[in-house]
Amino acid sequence: MNTGNYFLHLLVILFASIFTENMLLARFLGMCSFLAVSRQVKTAVGLGAAVVVVMTFTVMLDWLAYRFVLQPFGIEYFRFILFIIIIAAFVQFLEMAIERYSPPLYQNLGIFLPLITVNCAILGASLFMVIREYDFVESIAFGLGSGLGWMLAIIAMAGIRQRLNNARIPYGLQGPGIALIIAGIMALIFIGFTGVLAGQ
Amino acid sequence: MFLAVFVISGIGAALAALLVIAERVITNYGDVDIDVNNGGRKFTIRGGDSLLESLTAQKIFIPSACGGRSTCGYCKVKVLEGGGTVLPTEEPFLDGAERKNGIRLSCQVKVRSDLRIEIPSFLLAVREYTCRCEKIIDQTYDIKQFDFKLLEPDIIKYKPGQYVQLLTPKYEGNSEEVYRAYSISSDPNDNTRFELIVRRVASGICTTYLFDHLKENDKVRINGPYGEFYLRDTGAPIVFIAGGSGIAPIKCILHDMANQQNKRRAVFFFGVRGMKDLFLFDEMPEFEKKLADFKYVPVISQPEPDDNWTGATGRVTDIAAAYLEKQSDAKDHECYLCGSPGMIDSSIEVAAQYGIAQDKIYYDKFS
Repeated sequence: MNTGNYFLHLLVILFASIFTENMLLARFLGMCSFLAVSRQVKTAVGLGAAVVVVMTFTVMLDWLAYRFVLQPFGIEYFRFILFIIIIAAFVQFLEMAIERYSPPLYQNLGIFLPLITVNCAILGASLFMVIREYDFVESIAFGLGSGLGWMLAIIAMAGIRQRLNNARIPYGLQGPGIALIIAGIMALIFIGFTGVLAGQ
Repeated sequence: MFLAVFVISGIGAALAALLVIAERVITNYGDVDIDVNNGGRKFTIRGGDSLLESLTAQKIFIPSACGGRSTCGYCKVKVLEGGGTVLPTEEPFLDGAERKNGIRLSCQVKVRSDLRIEIPSFLLAVREYTCRCEKIIDQTYDIKQFDFKLLEPDIIKYKPGQYVQLLTPKYEGNSEEVYRAYSISSDPNDNTRFELIVRRVASGICTTYLFDHLKENDKVRINGPYGEFYLRDTGAPIVFIAGGSGIAPIKCILHDMANQQNKRRAVFFFGVRGMKDLFLFDEMPEFEKKLADFKYVPVISQPEPDDNWTGATGRVTDIAAAYLEKQSDAKDHECYLCGSPGMIDSSIEVAAQYGIAQDKIYYDKFS
């Protein structure tokens, strides 16, 4: 594969993971924070940005750990536990560093970091990366794309839910009920992207 | 297999070690100077903790009920310099004027750089005390009196009417340590002991501890004194109004007035719902004898027919209004109010109706 083709291939992975293989709407990973923190666009942007950052970096770290620790020892089956440990440590580290060096950033993004440690979308990205046998650069594209896709979905959701404040919703559907229905409809819409990119 | 476990544990341990080192290096904010009340107290500490924790470590006790989780909103201090911006976690507790004046929740302000703060000066006199519960007395079906003897330090100095905070320890069914505020109700002459009058709150963390777990001779920790509810040193006639356990600080003030041979005209309206809520039958009328010009008026809002109640009946604020109506110098009175927010708000309305200035109305609101 020459360089130009490889770059195109990376772009396909990036956009495919944003649209056709959206972590939230195609795989339904990371639903809990998606439903809990999508009441306002402002907070959704903060959480979304935090997910993008954490996902990109943890995929990189997990790839390195998988390639240089788990594979040489032949203990790939330990990837779940190792990935989760790395994610937790990284998030902790990131929170400390942001709080220390950039209080404004901490205020907008840092307070969401503890929420992300246990976000299954993050672990999901690392596991998909293994299943699909991406190389290091592909993994970065995939992590970044998946994060952006998740962010896109939660911002869209928050925008819709802000509008919903003025809508008359049947009593039994208020709150999580209508949110799940909306998530379902959004997932159907994202199915429309299927076949546009065949990156996976 | 053994190797696998070893490798994974090794990585886990290495990451943990890295985090510990990172915490040492990254969250080391160095030495930080804190200046309280423009030089009133100055100290240098290691940065990194919250302002509330740092002040507590210096034995400066800011009232706080939730223990630093930003849920009670009591630990407000004025940060003049070095506090950073208001965090989203504080926003619900601060109104516009407070934000403008630099009021912050001290549990949310992180000590990162030199700080200049302002706190009410009485807070600098606040100390922590250990004491022993001497006696528990049932006053009504839901009000108990707790007598404490001070152990360390062995005396407490306070203005009659002020309150202390009692540390509720962990007990079965409660996994957090919280502080709750109670007014001192005893005679301030004996400053080696104090009593608290507490009404049981349904599923209240501290009252459940006091009512169900605390036994005589148990040790408890308190800090205090706090509050600006105390008798002002003027010659003005006084109206006290209290409901239920709100009698506590007023009883303390009355003790003090008796000790000082205070000759000011005073009347105390004590409102309760029914006969079964009334207590201190002997002690309160006693003050009428000890004080030169004092009247005690218990008021029952909903007496039962078989209570045979012959005293004042109705809302305590209405009875107080009727009294003020008859006074030619109604507007010169000072008002001291203690009880539920509803009772206090309507008492303030009554006082205002009779021309009593806002700054002569002092109150202690239960929340």
